[in-house]
Amino acid sequence: MTSQRNAPSASPVSLLEPMPVPELEPAGTAVRIPPRPSLLKRLVAILGSGAARVFVIAIGLFWLFPTLGLAVASLRSAADNSASGWWTALTAPSQLTLDNYAALLSNERITGSLWNTVLIAVPSTALVLALGALGAYALAWLDFRGRDLIFVLAVALTIVPVQVALIPDAAVFRALGIFGDIPAVILFHVAFGLPFAVFLLRNYFLGLPEDMIEAARADGASEFTVFRRVALPFAWPALGSLALFQFLWVWNDLLVALVFGFNNPPITYAIREQTRAFASNIDVIAPGALISMAVPLILFFTFQRYFLRSMLDGALK
Amino acid sequence: MRRFFSAGRPPGRRWRNERRLIAALFLGPAALTVLVLVAYPMAHTLWLSLHDTSTGAFVGLANYGRMFSTEETRRAILNNIVWVVVAPTLVTVLGLMLAVLTQRVRWSTALKTILFMPMAISFLAVGVTFRLVYDEDPERGALNAALVAVHDAFSPPSRYYGVAPRDGTGLVPADGGYETADPVPASEPVAMPVVGLPRDRIPSEAAPASRPEAGVELRGVVWLDFTRGGGGEAGEIDATEVGLPGMRVEAVRDGQVVATTTTDASGRFVFPGLTEGDYIVRLAATNFTEPFRGVTWLGPRLVTPAVIGTYIWIWAGFAMILIQAGLAGLPRDVLEAARADGASDWQILRRVTVPLVWPILVVVLVTLSINVLKIFDLLYVLPPDSVQDEANVVALEMYRVSFGGGLDYGLGSALAVLLFLLVLPPMLFTIRRRRRERL
Repeated sequence: MTSQRNAPSASPVSLLEPMPVPELEPAGTAVRIPPRPSLLKRLVAILGSGAARVFVIAIGLFWLFPTLGLAVASLRSAADNSASGWWTALTAPSQLTLDNYAALLSNERITGSLWNTVLIAVPSTALVLALGALGAYALAWLDFRGRDLIFVLAVALTIVPVQVALIPDAAVFRALGIFGDIPAVILFHVAFGLPFAVFLLRNYFLGLPEDMIEAARADGASEFTVFRRVALPFAWPALGSLALFQFLWVWNDLLVALVFGFNNPPITYAIREQTRAFASNIDVIAPGALISMAVPLILFFTFQRYFLRSMLDGALK
Repeated sequence: MRRFFSAGRPPGRRWRNERRLIAALFLGPAALTVLVLVAYPMAHTLWLSLHDTSTGAFVGLANYGRMFSTEETRRAILNNIVWVVVAPTLVTVLGLMLAVLTQRVRWSTALKTILFMPMAISFLAVGVTFRLVYDEDPERGALNAALVAVHDAFSPPSRYYGVAPRDGTGLVPADGGYETADPVPASEPVAMPVVGLPRDRIPSEAAPASRPEAGVELRGVVWLDFTRGGGGEAGEIDATEVGLPGMRVEAVRDGQVVATTTTDASGRFVFPGLTEGDYIVRLAATNFTEPFRGVTWLGPRLVTPAVIGTYIWIWAGFAMILIQAGLAGLPRDVLEAARADGASDWQILRRVTVPLVWPILVVVLVTLSINVLKIFDLLYVLPPDSVQDEANVVALEMYRVSFGGGLDYGLGSALAVLLFLLVLPPMLFTIRRRRRERL
């Protein structure tokens, strides 16, 4: 199938790149030489752009500063961190050490929780993608009674705050015998990820040319084959965007883990425990937080183009 | 309407059943998960909110009544209102400013990346990061360190805060400083022994204290009446004791300050021209002002503004990028025309740009207000446990009463329903927009 090439403009637009605006003159326009701007105007322009540049640099530094602080603090001993600010290490680099990280990697509570985060985030994402795509395909290309109603309900369910389900779901998971364990956390994330996934993918599937579906069906392909060989390749930009969002959502989650994952805490949970005695545990908290940030940041820089789109869609969750 | 069987297959009962089966197989897993874990719990939460969950008795709206009458929950609701009004507005205004100002700057792509980066990070990591930023001790907290540095540059700190007169030497507190209990005659040198200056704060230019030279003008000495290692005599200038230079001394007569002077390196001072009469000699309050130690950001009073500041740090990039995308799509000729008509930059912004990007501003505002209503993690991590009552919002309180030790499922359910109702209007707006755009 060559549907990928047909992917329409619905692929994520990179809003991070400036959009080129072509400047076309209508035919027959006389060539005009722009008048040379006055010296004063040029001076103002130079100063103005200089001020804007300073402003941009200042804002950029201001935004980087907190994260830089965390990074430097994670490289200092607890004693140094309680005695002075992280910025003193900039003039005394001998303070910097990897000891915290070494200690962290031999701290089974932390390494175990990092592994728990992976065990929660990967299946949650995979399940949302799989179940969401199947359901969305049905709502887009299978004809059955109540289809539109189900879609409207799915859209409506995207608005439900997780708080509305926490207490009853605790009872459900207790009945299933998984309360406090990883499957409960996964199931909850999947359930709350699905309405949005169905909504997003169904609309994307609708952009698939009807002829392609019909042609595949006429060739005798089963509905599942059409789904797998025609619809899925077509929808990969939406699937990628959704996967990115869902993965980060689960990776960064704290609330669901607090309520349902206390037996197998993910990294966010483990670090939150340490913050009760913030100053004395800073040698665990700072490097732990930094490690937990590493995966989202790598994804962010690798998939920047998809990232904005998925955040925009998902900000409403 | 797309017809499933339009490829020429004959419609029939068997075929219709098979079609239903296929649809059920495709949709079933997702539908079942959502039904059991989202749809049914909504109804159950509503039911719980109308019951006393410890006895199971129907209590009507009593849980909702408690919600508005309990101190903590009322506080949470009020804080949520502050959040919804303030945070999205500030983020949007800042985003607009950044978008407009960086429009023609070459490195604005790099800036966008930096500003957008916090969105990838968990609230937990952001909370930890800003604990460090907001640390109250200016030796450790970056923000207070910066504030203190700026403050001290404009008004240098007092040298002698914490210093007090030696007991029983006739000096009494006065207006934040210290003065002689009784007026002293100009002819008699005043001895002003003080204690309480840590060794590391003794000025480097301080010289051994000495009695003022004889003379007719009002004079005296201020010294640190403390001999290291012990052995000194209280109220006497012992061999190793130092004078306190730069101390501001006032001569007071009938409640009026009639002259001021400053001590020298040995702690001596002289009031030129004051030769007769009795004066009260006072060490001015400015000597003892406690130094500025920054602001208690994560204390009960400022915790909400501080967390909102952090929220702005997270979301400003999001607003900026969306608004800038909107700006890029503006019709150029309109802007050119306005400029050709001689409109100033400010007029263009207010009369042309903002009205044109207004729909995007509304989208940003609405998106953020939904997000703000549900905010939980940041408030659970950034404010220390001791001020969580003051920082409270509905989503946090719901967790606290239901799981954080309270186990009050009735009240928790009522709060969850409230949260749902609060999110409803902005969400309906968004759904309508989504359907219109068929995003």
